[in-house]
Amino acid sequence: MLTNNKFRIALVALAATSLMACSSGPSEEEILAEANRQAAVEQAEAEKSRMERETATVARAEAARADEMTRLRAAAEDQKATLVNQNIIYFDFDVSSIKPEFISVLKKHADFLVANPSQTIVIEGHGDQRGTPEYNIALGERRGQSIETYFSNEGVSMSQITVVSYGEEKPAVMGTSEYAMAQNRRGVVVYE
Amino acid sequence: MSTMKRLVRVVPTKLMLLMLCAIGLAAHSQWAKAQSNLRIVITEGMNNARPIAVVPFKWDGASILPESLADVIGNNLQRSGKFSPVSLSNMPQFPSSDTEMDYSAWAQKGIDTVLTGSISAVQNGQYLVKFELIDVLRAQLTGGESKTLIDGNLVMAKDHIIVSREKIILAEDFRQYAHIISDIAYEALTGEKGAFLTRIAYIVVRDRDTDPLPYQLVIADYDGANETRLLSSPEPLMSPSWSPDGNKLAYVSFEGKRPQIFIQDIYTSQRTRITNFPGINSSPAFSPDGTKLVMVLSKDGNPEIYVMDLATKELERITQNRAIDTEPEWTPDGKSIVYTSERGGRPQIYEVNLATKRSKRITFDGEMNLGAAITPDNKHLIVVNRTQGDYHIARQDRETGDMLVLTKTFLDESPSIAPNGSMIIYSTLHEGQQVLSLVSLDGRFKALLPATDGQVKSPSWSPFLL
Repeated sequence: MLTNNKFRIALVALAATSLMACSSGPSEEEILAEANRQAAVEQAEAEKSRMERETATVARAEAARADEMTRLRAAAEDQKATLVNQNIIYFDFDVSSIKPEFISVLKKHADFLVANPSQTIVIEGHGDQRGTPEYNIALGERRGQSIETYFSNEGVSMSQITVVSYGEEKPAVMGTSEYAMAQNRRGVVVYE
Repeated sequence: MSTMKRLVRVVPTKLMLLMLCAIGLAAHSQWAKAQSNLRIVITEGMNNARPIAVVPFKWDGASILPESLADVIGNNLQRSGKFSPVSLSNMPQFPSSDTEMDYSAWAQKGIDTVLTGSISAVQNGQYLVKFELIDVLRAQLTGGESKTLIDGNLVMAKDHIIVSREKIILAEDFRQYAHIISDIAYEALTGEKGAFLTRIAYIVVRDRDTDPLPYQLVIADYDGANETRLLSSPEPLMSPSWSPDGNKLAYVSFEGKRPQIFIQDIYTSQRTRITNFPGINSSPAFSPDGTKLVMVLSKDGNPEIYVMDLATKELERITQNRAIDTEPEWTPDGKSIVYTSERGGRPQIYEVNLATKRSKRITFDGEMNLGAAITPDNKHLIVVNRTQGDYHIARQDRETGDMLVLTKTFLDESPSIAPNGSMIIYSTLHEGQQVLSLVSLDGRFKALLPATDGQVKSPSWSPFLL
């Protein structure tokens, strides 16, 4: 609106100049100067509207980006929710190496952690009831560390990972049946 | 509890000082009656145990006594595995002192040793307790009238009376005094110091689904009486270990969602966090002089043995290798440490000299040996031995290396030795429940301490308390 007003002011000014010119008649220079002024005004107008269009485009792009971020965050949350439900892997007796069948699930965790570098986790190492409690603490840590090493090799930053061994102190299943003990020899990836 | 009260009464200034200079964390623990209710059930007695009669103490008062001294003494002597107390129905008479003894009546029954006593009320609710330990065979020989020459004069010796004592005690000290009488009789008859006035510390784990604080650190008299909870926690508690003065416990707590080592005064409940290193902080054990704490830390990558000076908190690294090193225990002279290491492939016991830091393997029998402890006389190593997949408590002669498996129970672990070296307490699985169990050093006497509630594990036997 301001622009329109300015435009009107410019026209009035032009008319006034013309009236004044009638008495003496505008010189060539005056006519040229007036044309230049007019051109300048038009140019300013064009620049102004171009800037406006650009701002709108940027805003639209930003909104789209924000939408995308929200969508990604939601996807990450979904992905995390899925991973949280697939966060336990099992070990053989007195062994801390990762069984091949658990590589694919660990890979999903690793990919997620690489994509989300601010996400931190605790890897819990657990053992079955056989052997002494203190030795099982050491064994549990080694199990946790083999998961940590796998993640690290897949590019996860060590600063995202803490390993805590609970040894045989937090059995998933009570008892000493083969089933219970197999369920208890485990590594658990806990998202913080 | 009476022992505790007594000790607290003796050290009020120390108590006040501790409260005033408290720098540790305030434990959310207080004295509380624990609920696991241990009792000792003898599962395997000894057929060569020596018969002894503990005659009910004579009491002429009208009130009911707080505790039967004779019952506590008889149970103690029986649980040592070295004595077979005679039942009431097998006693020919109930004398209260030597003067009432019919020696031949006891001799005819084959009972060579009799403990008699009497209790009488004195003022202020106190009691005078007298007792005598009588050698029946010697009394028969001398007619109870033996004489001896002192300064050239023949005087009555009464040398058939092995011990004769009297003491004024409070009602709440009955049980404690019964343990003291047991210690005196045991030492007089065996030549070995009694360990009846001692305690055990252990971990109780209640149902983790229903109890918000399932992990509990508990102490009790050696026989399971006077259970007292020192700490309840939502996260695991492990490896309690006594200070040599019997006043403090070192243990591992996961209350901070990771393992940390604490030292807690059992009388004030005041506790101090000792370590908070990344990785494992485990297996604390006080040095015999109480100035150092050996522990396992994995802060440098994998579990290694460290010794901490408790005054300066300075750490000295003892082991140096890529294998698991854990479960350190001091030798009685404090100059070496035995520990579990799997540097040879499977866990075995090694001994490291603290001066040279040189380690040598000391167990070779069985697939694995773990969790070593050393008897106070340094003659035996007690271990958890795995042979053909079975975990049992075993004893190895430190000189000859001969190993003898002592137990037949299932998944035996965490052996801890009584301060007189006579008995080992350990954790085992009984009818699907983790319980404490006792075995004598020669393996011939065995007893269970079934609990009524929860899994009971990680027992630690206190030093002598008096």
